[in-house]
Amino acid sequence: MTDFLQLLFSGMATGAIYGLAALGFTLLWQASGTINFAQGEFVMLPAFLMLGFASFGAPLLASFVLTCAVAVALLGWAFKRGIADPLLRHGLMPIVVATIGLAIAMRNGVRAGYSAEAHPFPSLFADKLFNLGGVTVTLADIGTLALALVLVFATQAFLQKTVTGRAMQAVAQNTDSATVLGINVPRMIFYTFAINAVLACAAALLITPTYLAKFDMGEPLGTKAFFAAIIGGFNNSRGALLGGLIVGVSENLAAAYISPTYKDAVALVVFMLVILFKPQGLLGRKVERKV
Amino acid sequence: MTRSFHPLPLAFAAAALLAGAAAQAQIKVAVLQELSGAGATAGTNAKNGALLAIKEINAAGGILGKKIEATVSDTQSNPGVAKGLATKAVDDDVFAVIGPTFSGSIMVSMAETKRAQIPNFTGGEAASITQQGNPFIFRTSFTQADAMPKVARYIATNLKAKTVAVIFVNNDFGKGGRDSFAKAAGAAGLNVVADISTESGQVDFAAPVLRAKQANPDVVFVYTNEEESARALRELRKQGVTKPIVGETTLTGQKVIELAGDAANGAVAHVGLTVDAPNPLMLKFKAKFYEEYKYISDHNGIKGYTGVYILKAGIEKAGKLDRVAVAKALHGLSISAAKVPGVIMDVSIDDKGDLDRESFIVEVKNGKQEVKETLPPLNKK
Repeated sequence: MTDFLQLLFSGMATGAIYGLAALGFTLLWQASGTINFAQGEFVMLPAFLMLGFASFGAPLLASFVLTCAVAVALLGWAFKRGIADPLLRHGLMPIVVATIGLAIAMRNGVRAGYSAEAHPFPSLFADKLFNLGGVTVTLADIGTLALALVLVFATQAFLQKTVTGRAMQAVAQNTDSATVLGINVPRMIFYTFAINAVLACAAALLITPTYLAKFDMGEPLGTKAFFAAIIGGFNNSRGALLGGLIVGVSENLAAAYISPTYKDAVALVVFMLVILFKPQGLLGRKVERKV
Repeated sequence: MTRSFHPLPLAFAAAALLAGAAAQAQIKVAVLQELSGAGATAGTNAKNGALLAIKEINAAGGILGKKIEATVSDTQSNPGVAKGLATKAVDDDVFAVIGPTFSGSIMVSMAETKRAQIPNFTGGEAASITQQGNPFIFRTSFTQADAMPKVARYIATNLKAKTVAVIFVNNDFGKGGRDSFAKAAGAAGLNVVADISTESGQVDFAAPVLRAKQANPDVVFVYTNEEESARALRELRKQGVTKPIVGETTLTGQKVIELAGDAANGAVAHVGLTVDAPNPLMLKFKAKFYEEYKYISDHNGIKGYTGVYILKAGIEKAGKLDRVAVAKALHGLSISAAKVPGVIMDVSIDDKGDLDRESFIVEVKNGKQEVKETLPPLNKK
């Protein structure tokens, strides 16, 4: 039983980070109908930015804040203006292809411009171990899980409780009506991209100590986050978190109780089952929407 | 239309011809290494080591009076790319190829160099590389088949262990090591109680470490690539595994220590090569490497460096720039470090291209490798 709990907890910590990245998927989809296949790279780049700021002597939290600012400009504004805006009017396919291309460009840009090697990354949390009824957990595990939960619920609360958040939802549901109601549609969409960029920075801060800063770290992360978003429901923010946890935990359990060889296949199997039997995702609603 | 005579293009053409002639007088060496992908750490070190040796040799007048001209290419840790680059090196008519380091890559790329009769040096450790009867393949490190008996003997005798759990990475390198280790463990009277496969690039090691723990072995043997080794060490520490953690070469590498941090402390490994070896030539190499690249070389840096010097010794023994003669001269060659300081330690090469020399047991203490023991060469035991 303790073994099971060990796997469960460790999987939840990993899953929470998948959830954060998945939240980015669902946000962009809800607000602007963008599917961003460079989501994993959106996490990788801030990791290197933070390392860059840290190399100038900035403490971790200061480099995080600086990185968030750069990310909002680069992964929020520039991404929206440079790729999403010009391509979205041509439908979904061009943007999908463009973000896949962007992912490749970012990976190879970091590889060529910085380094192809893995770099250690400082952890936000002290290196402490706890023993809870036979289950060993690190402070980093608990902190990661807690922070990810806080971020997901804060995002959700922002969307539902604040005027800006509701305006953003209105834009997502019906752009024309929102315009008629005097909502500044482009600005609301930009906010979504900015939030996505900040969430990616947070995911980078939490995940890189384990993943290690490497140019291709975003690849598995992006894939898992995409599965998580589909499993949880592409139009539900809490669904992203649920999907992330399901992927993280089932991976760990499969590796221990079935075979390590099938570890990566499990997320895919769950993904296919959901697509087959509940295509809107576990928490998603069926919606007719225009793209 | 009238044409006027322009001397300039002609001059360029003549210069190009001359340059071409000058280039042919040099010894062309292709450095094919894993500069990105899963093998980036190993390949970058090997490349840096090889380039350092080439720079030194050129500064000292080259080999047989000819300078070495190196070209560097990135295999991306991909056997297909490695094979393509080897073909390109053959087309470029290089004299020798250094790399790739990944066993899976050299296994396919060496077919090209063999066909063109080009001596090929590799840091790959899979036993099967030299078992194919390729007369042009030469190692710069131990094979798993040579190293694992040393490791198993150490675990059984020095650590007095009866049972061992094996965590290995499911690629050519990991599977080859696991097979060699299983054989050596049986011979040393060790019982393998858990045989745990992990994926290349795996991030979460909770499950494999848990399975190792459940088997309750006397010793955990970890045989994965650099990044995964660091993650495994962290997870082993996290789950409170207090049993000795033993590896072969990779586990206590500089990069692993850097990535794993404190979790690397206490890990023990057999290493064929270490910059901390109690050997003045090694210390000199370590200092030179650090001066050139501003970081401490791992064993792959030494492999790349000594590989070039082994090539130099082979060419000098053959006395001429003839690839077949050089390959022949290398087989059975014993190179003494007193005569060729670049090989750092006395080394002998057998008729298959395997090499033999002293090796070490190291332990990580306070983030540094410390040599615990020096093991004699295999055929001198």
